[in-house]
Amino acid sequence: MTGPLERLGRWVLDRLTALGRANLFLLRLVGALAFLVRRPGLLVRQLYAVGVLSLPIILVSGLFVGMVLGLQGYANLVDFGATSSLGTVVALSLIRELGPVLTALLYAGRAGSALTAEIGLMKATEQLASMQMMAVDPFARVLAPRFLAGFIAVPLLTAIFTAVGILGGYWVAVVQLGVDGGAFWAQMQARVLLWEDIGNGVAVKSVVFALLANWIALFEGYEAHPTSEGVSLATTQTVVATSLAVLGGDFLLTALMFGAW
Amino acid sequence: MRQKHLELLVGVFVALGLAAFLLLALKVSDLAHIGEDKGYRVTARFENIGGLKIRAPVTLGGVRIGRVAGINLDPQTFEALVTLAIEPQYDRLPSDSSASILTAGLLGEQYVGLEPGGMDDFLKNGSSLKLTQSALVLEKLIGRMFTNAAQGEAPAKAP
Repeated sequence: MTGPLERLGRWVLDRLTALGRANLFLLRLVGALAFLVRRPGLLVRQLYAVGVLSLPIILVSGLFVGMVLGLQGYANLVDFGATSSLGTVVALSLIRELGPVLTALLYAGRAGSALTAEIGLMKATEQLASMQMMAVDPFARVLAPRFLAGFIAVPLLTAIFTAVGILGGYWVAVVQLGVDGGAFWAQMQARVLLWEDIGNGVAVKSVVFALLANWIALFEGYEAHPTSEGVSLATTQTVVATSLAVLGGDFLLTALMFGAW
Repeated sequence: MRQKHLELLVGVFVALGLAAFLLLALKVSDLAHIGEDKGYRVTARFENIGGLKIRAPVTLGGVRIGRVAGINLDPQTFEALVTLAIEPQYDRLPSDSSASILTAGLLGEQYVGLEPGGMDDFLKNGSSLKLTQSALVLEKLIGRMFTNAAQGEAPAKAP
């Protein structure tokens, strides 16, 4: 009789406690960051893992996204004789939306899932527990460096993605399709604002997405059931949850930054 | 040795990221034009500015000499008050120059075109342009064309 209601109640309570645990997790994580002042080497190793190793996918994706934008923009603008605005179209779409969002999604797939799997396996093989046995705080030694590295890497990757995308758009539009190069840059510079567009788009959005992506990845790994099935589930969950959080968060941020209401 | 290698790669990565930010700021955004805001400022009043936007170019004889620094509404006269920032090297514009709002091409962006006058004294910071011509609003033009056509027809039908 009360079965479905009971299940609903349990589900809501489970979600809420998970949210609470996630917040406490973030607080402990931020508290543990101070440890990195004494061991900056840990940060360098993680920056290599999440930043340098993500570079190839970011560079290639950015280039292709920019080139596609150039082609599509040209095909649509040429009917109105407005191909000189192509630079604005490519730059604004990359800076405001595609750069931050696609970088965060690629990061979740490339680095976030790896973080979850790594932490989950450390938990499953009781490495985290044995660290605690030796009075080593796993938050300071394992989680904080990964968190800070991801937090630094995502904005940098976003900037690289956006810059490479614009260069890809330039290559297609100016070199291949013969749009005037001077107009391409001049119109772009006339319409793209430093603080409103690049500050809000590339900088603020990427910092928010960096927080979301790394927080979710580390939390899912830390909370994973210590079995091979649990780790695989947590890895999937990281990619799904990060994608939803990034896309939903992007809508909210866009409405706040560029929305008319 | 391994750690050195790692540090080098991370250094390259961070430098690349910062360079990308720098490229976005300097090459893509309006920062490329930020120095142009220095010059002196003159104001012009327009009945209607159409789609003129801040940072639209100000040209004289087709050459860009500055840009629109501000657009406000005069609450008394209900005219648009446009502030033009003109680059300092163009400091010998006659004070009776006129400004009009023009459109680049049929659908292009709008800009302010200056026509030099013949006076001996020059525009300086804070002076205002007396002769202005508003933007051509396409809807109004078409409306006027229709009323003209109707007026032209009316006497012909009367007899």
